[in-house]
Amino acid sequence: MAEQRVDPTLELRDVSKSFGSVAALRAGTLVVEPGMIHALVGENGAGKSTLVKIVAGVHQRDGGTFRFQGRDVDFATTAAAKDAGIAVIYQEPTLFPDLSVTENIFMGRQPVTASRRIDRAAMYAEAEGLFTRLGVHLDPRRTALGLSIADQQIIEIAKAISLDASLLIMDEPTAALSGIEVERLFAVARSLRDEGRALVFISHRFDEVFALCDTVTVMRDGSYVSTDRIEDTSVAEIVSRMVGREVAELFPKTPATIGDVVLEVQGLTTAGVFHDVSFQVRAGEILGLAGLVGAGRSEIARAVFGVDRYDAGSVRLLGRDVPPHQPRSSIRAGMAFVPEDRRQQGLVTEGSVARNITGVIRSGLARAGILTSRAENAAAVPWARRLEVKTGALDMHATTMSGGNQQKVVIAKWLATRPKLLIIDEPTRGIDVGTKAEVHRLLSELAGQGMAVLMISSELPEVLGMADRVLVVREGEITADLDRSDATPESVMTAATRSADSEPAA
Amino acid sequence: MSTTELLVEPSRVSPVQRAVVGAFRSREFAIAAVLVLVVAAATFKSSSFVFSHDGWRDLLLSPSLLLLVAIGEMVVIVTRNVDLSVGSTLGLSAYLTGRLFTDHPGIPILLVFVIGLVFGALLGCINGLLVTVFQVPALVITLGTMYAFRGALVHWAGSKQIYASNLPDSFQNLGTEQILTIPVLTIVGLAVLVLVGYYLWNARGGRELYAIGSDPEAAGLYGLPVARRVFGAFVVCGALAGLAGVVQDARYSTATSSTGQGLELQAVAAVVIGGVAIFGGSGSVYGAAIGAFLLITINAALPILGIPEFWQNAVVGVLILGSICLDRFLAQRRTHRLIESRDDA
Repeated sequence: MAEQRVDPTLELRDVSKSFGSVAALRAGTLVVEPGMIHALVGENGAGKSTLVKIVAGVHQRDGGTFRFQGRDVDFATTAAAKDAGIAVIYQEPTLFPDLSVTENIFMGRQPVTASRRIDRAAMYAEAEGLFTRLGVHLDPRRTALGLSIADQQIIEIAKAISLDASLLIMDEPTAALSGIEVERLFAVARSLRDEGRALVFISHRFDEVFALCDTVTVMRDGSYVSTDRIEDTSVAEIVSRMVGREVAELFPKTPATIGDVVLEVQGLTTAGVFHDVSFQVRAGEILGLAGLVGAGRSEIARAVFGVDRYDAGSVRLLGRDVPPHQPRSSIRAGMAFVPEDRRQQGLVTEGSVARNITGVIRSGLARAGILTSRAENAAAVPWARRLEVKTGALDMHATTMSGGNQQKVVIAKWLATRPKLLIIDEPTRGIDVGTKAEVHRLLSELAGQGMAVLMISSELPEVLGMADRVLVVREGEITADLDRSDATPESVMTAATRSADSEPAA
Repeated sequence: MSTTELLVEPSRVSPVQRAVVGAFRSREFAIAAVLVLVVAAATFKSSSFVFSHDGWRDLLLSPSLLLLVAIGEMVVIVTRNVDLSVGSTLGLSAYLTGRLFTDHPGIPILLVFVIGLVFGALLGCINGLLVTVFQVPALVITLGTMYAFRGALVHWAGSKQIYASNLPDSFQNLGTEQILTIPVLTIVGLAVLVLVGYYLWNARGGRELYAIGSDPEAAGLYGLPVARRVFGAFVVCGALAGLAGVVQDARYSTATSSTGQGLELQAVAAVVIGGVAIFGGSGSVYGAAIGAFLLITINAALPILGIPEFWQNAVVGVLILGSICLDRFLAQRRTHRLIESRDDA
C-alpha cells in the first residue's frame, strides 16, 4: 500500500531577499510538516527573521518558491498572510496598550451581530475560554497596558489560537520568560501540535530546542544548511553547523605587546539590563565582546562611556575614576566611542567630511568662538590621510560616501581626540568585504601603537580573528572570559546560548 | 473595591457598578461637571443666561458649529493624526453655500446641505491622500492645505461677501428654529454625534481607528488596513467641516474670505479638553463634544462673570494645560498601579 503523503504546511525553497546591496537572505529553505514543532536556529544575521517576515507578508521575496498548504502563494500584506492562516509572534509583542486584552485578541475580526454591531458579550466569553484553555488568570476586560512580557506573549498566543492558524511562528518567544512561564508556553505549543498545526520555533536556547521540537533547521549567512530530526542530532553538531566557516585569513591581527591596564570596570550593574559586569582592557589589547543581539553588550559599552546611567559599579581609566553619565568627562579622560549605528549616532551625514572629523575637537579649533572651514580642513587633513579616507575632497558630504569610508570618518573623528581607549560597536556592519579588512587592519594597527580597544561584534569570525581576549555576554552577564587560544566558535556560541541556570534577578 | 481591582480585574465587579464607577471616574463626567459649574455660576450672576428664551437658545445653538468640527477632528486625532485644515474647509464650504443660493435661486436647502458635506469630504480626500501616500506627518500636510484652501478661498471670494439678502428666508430661519426648545442646528450636531459615537464603539472600523492610534506600527503588523482607515478619518473630518460650513451660513447669515479662521485650533482644543489623547488611541467623541460646549460656553460666560474679554484666551489656555497635565498625571498613576499589581500577583 502506498504511503499517504500529506502536503507540508509550509514549504520555502531557495528564497532570497536583498535590502539595497545587502543580501539578507540568499537561499532560505524551510519545510514544515503539519503536527510538528520545527526549530529554526542560526547565528545573528543568519536570515531567520527575514525568512519569518517573508512568510508573514511583511517583506516580499526576491526569488525562490513559497508554498503554503501545497499551493504557491505570495503574500503582499500581513493581512493576506493572516487570512491564509499564518500567525506570527514577534520578538517584541505588538499590542495596543490603550485597548482591552480582549480587543487586542479580536481586533479586525470581532464577533458581530446580524446588524454588524460588535457583540461584546460573545467576545469576552470567547476570550475567557481562550484564557482558561491556556491556563492563565487574566481579566478579559483589563487593558493591555501594564501587562508583563510573559502575559503579553500569552495574548499573542491567544490571538494566534483564535485565528485558528494552521501555522504558528514564534520568534524567540522565551527570551523574556521565566522557567514556569516557559513551561506553560511549551505545554500550549505541544497541545497545538497535537491538534495537527505546524509550529516554527526560533530560539537561541538549545536545551529548549531539544526539549520542545521535533525537527531542526540550521541557517547560516542567509542560506539553508541542514534539517534533521531532533533525535538524530546533538547540540555540538548544530553549533558546528551554525558557525562552520573559515576564519583565519580575513582578519590579520598583528601581535602587539600588551601593556598596563587602561580600563577597569568593576561590578557595573543596571537593573534589568546587565548585572555585576567586571573586566579590564590593557594597552595594546583588543578585547572582543561577543554574544547574541540583545544580550546587553552595547548597553554595557554605552554605560562605560557615560551615555547611559548605571545603578552600581565603577569605571576607572588609567587608574582614575570616570564619573558616571558624563560622556564629556569620558572623552576628556581619554575614551572614544564609535557607536553601532553610525548614520544615526556617529555622523552628521549632511555635514562635510572635515566637519565630521573635527566634530569632537571643535572647541579646541575655534578662535574667539568662531570656527572657520579653513581651520576645520587644516585639522582634518592629517587624520583623513592617515586612514586613507577615499573622498574627492574634504568638503564632500558624508552622506554620499560608502559605508566603509563613513566608518573611517567616524574613527578619524575620535582619533583626533588622541584617545587611550577606543570602544567600537559593530565596526564592520554594513561594510563590504574589502573595506572590512581595511577597518580590521586599522584597529590592529591602533592596538599595535598601544591603544586599548574594546570591540563589540556580532560576527563571530571577526571577534575570533581580531580579539586578544573574548568576553561572552549572555542576558546581561559575562559567562566566559576566553583567551585567544581558547576562543573557538563552539566555545563562544556555547557560552552565549546556555540558558540561565537560575532566575535572573528582577 | 479598590481602584487597582477595577483596573486589573474589572470583570469581578458587577456590570452596574462598573458602569456607574466608570462613568463617575470618566473624563466626560469631569468636564461635564465643569460645564455645569460654569453655567450655574453665570446663571447665578444673571438668570437670563439660561432662563430666557434667547439665553437658552444661544446656550445650545452657539456650540453647534464647533461641535460638528470637533467631532470630525476627534476621529482624526484618535488615529494619531491631526487636521489643521478644517477652518479653511469650513470657510470654503460657507462661501460655496452662499454662492449656490445666489447663483441658483430656488435650490432645495437639503441639496445644499448635501453639497456642503460632499464638498468637505472631497477636501478631506486631498488631506487623506497626501497623508497616507506620502507618509508625511499630518501636522505638516494639513498645515499646508490649511493655507492652500484659505488661499483658494481668498482668490475666489476676494472682498466679496455673502449677506443675509443672498440667502433665502427659509434657510436663515433654520438658524433660529427650535424643536421642543432645542435648536434645529444643534439637533443636527447631536445626531451626527450619536452616529459617530455609535460607529466608534460598535463597528469594527471604529475600533480599528483606536487600535491604529494606540500603536500604528503594531496595527500594520497586525494586518489592519491602516492607510484606508486613516484616509477614511480625514474624509469624515472634511465632510463634517463642510457640513459645518453650511450650518455657519444658516446661523450667522454671512460668509467672507476669513470665515472659520482659527477654528481648527479651537477644534483641537475641544478634543484635547474632552479627554482624547493627542497621540491617539483613547478618549471618546462624547468627551470632544462636551469639550466643544465647554469652550463656547466659557467664552459666553466670562463677560457675565465680570472677567474682561482679553482674559478669555488665557482661560482657555489654562483649561488645555490643566487637562493635559491632569491626563499625564492620571496616566502615570494608572500605569504605576498596573505594574505594581503585577508584583502582587
